[in-house]
Amino acid sequence: MTATPLVVLEDVNKHFGQLHVLKDIQLSVQSGEVVVVIGPSGSGKSTLCRTINRLETIDNGRIMLDGKELPAEGRGLAKLRSDVGMVFQSFNLFSHKTVLQNVTLGPIKVLKKGRAEAEKRGMELLDRVQIADQANKYPAQLSGGQQQRVAIARALAMNPKVLMFDEPTSALDPEMVQEVLDVMIDLATEGMTMVVVTHEMGFARRAAHRVVFMADGEIVEEATPDEFFTNPQKQRAKDFLSKILSH
Amino acid sequence: MEAFFANFDLVINGFSWTVRLTLLSALGSFLLGLVLTAMRVSPVPLMRGIATTYVETVRNTPLTLVLLFCGLGLSSALGFTFTENVEWDVFWFAVIGLSAYTACFVSESLRSGINTIPLGQIEAARSIGLTFGQNLQLILLPQALRAVIGPLGSVLIALTKNTTIASAAGLGVIEASAQMKQMFDKGIAPVIPTFIGFAIGFLVLTLPMGFFFSWLARRMAVAR
Ligand SMILES: Nc1ncnc2c1ncn2[C@@H]1O[C@H](COP(=O)(O)OP(=O)(O)O)[C@@H](O)[C@H]1O
Ligand SMILES: [Mg+2]
Repeated sequence: MTATPLVVLEDVNKHFGQLHVLKDIQLSVQSGEVVVVIGPSGSGKSTLCRTINRLETIDNGRIMLDGKELPAEGRGLAKLRSDVGMVFQSFNLFSHKTVLQNVTLGPIKVLKKGRAEAEKRGMELLDRVQIADQANKYPAQLSGGQQQRVAIARALAMNPKVLMFDEPTSALDPEMVQEVLDVMIDLATEGMTMVVVTHEMGFARRAAHRVVFMADGEIVEEATPDEFFTNPQKQRAKDFLSKILSH
Repeated sequence: MEAFFANFDLVINGFSWTVRLTLLSALGSFLLGLVLTAMRVSPVPLMRGIATTYVETVRNTPLTLVLLFCGLGLSSALGFTFTENVEWDVFWFAVIGLSAYTACFVSESLRSGINTIPLGQIEAARSIGLTFGQNLQLILLPQALRAVIGPLGSVLIALTKNTTIASAAGLGVIEASAQMKQMFDKGIAPVIPTFIGFAIGFLVLTLPMGFFFSWLARRMAVAR
């Protein structure tokens, strides 16, 4: 791990109208680190992910990527934004494009790569998420698990410095959860920097270096997965864990 | 039937004018409709405001008024002409009027098509670094166009039928513009205020309808 963290959030605040969704967030993620964000629904986990690649603006505070502050808006932002890959709960593949086109669109249009080069790399990535045989199908022809793996390949194709996952398995049928988690565990093992919002404790225990517990827009507790799941310190974390463990 | 064949060249001539008018207006309204749609979904509030105001005003104005405004307002009052030939002038003003009017309906269709695209796809496009223009060109419009081919067909059919209004207005314009010009030259009737007066009268009737349907659409969208 390097000395300067890859992602740094300093005193980040965000409101939706009256609602204070992010309260003085301090967070830093080292290069190669896998951070799992966990917490009750509505605690601000998605908003946190979205502010990191500026899909949401922030009220104040700073967000730094690789030592540079992200510009708030404008042309520079679009390109910098691709340094932060995003995998969404609902996959969000482009439905009028084939699997391979979904993966090559960004490299061709944003990174200005040639089609042949982009397609070669696209096929490698699809191979890596084990879906190369579906390259010419359209998203609607794939299962949820397959779509999510394509979405991961699409994010990887931009060579992001960090990948954000916002509940990547919550919209999946139970039998498809593992195939997506397997891909994520592989990425983690290969040293990808990842911030993962998930309630999958198996994944957190196997792949995460750190668990961040959020409640009501605040980071309430940070610990290693082992410490957090076996011996949470704060009452709100204990309450939350007892709820998700009871079913 | 005999009359039809006796005047066959006239019929053909009229028909070819209709075809030309339809094709050029279809092209014009499609292009202007695209621009209006881009403005209406743009992140810049001023752009959205201008386009929305344009669409709400023009689509609630009767086509005859739009055409007369183009013909008389632009040419007679402001002295704006394309050619020396009055007939050609009328033709081009008809193209402009029909395009300006039909573009509103093209834009409404396209926008409803864009509304069918899940917001998540737009965010995914932003997150891989596409700019607003690329998002529009690569993600939004291709999908919106596919979704609204049917409604765009209806718009085209309406446009084709509306060319008859343009022809009628055109004949009227040639005569009326001569008279109007006289009146105008003599200072009897101020042209622009007269038109604005008419337009406002119609807007009073049609704008509430437009607002009602916008409101209804929003209500239905929430209920869905
Ligand atoms: N675009 C928005 N406008 C208004 N409120 C929002 C918006 N997005 C999220 N919120 C609110 O912000 C809070 C945090 O939401 P979110 O970050 O999605 O939480 P989580 O992902 O932890 O469930 C919630 O109360 C939610 O209702
Ligand atoms: Mg969420």
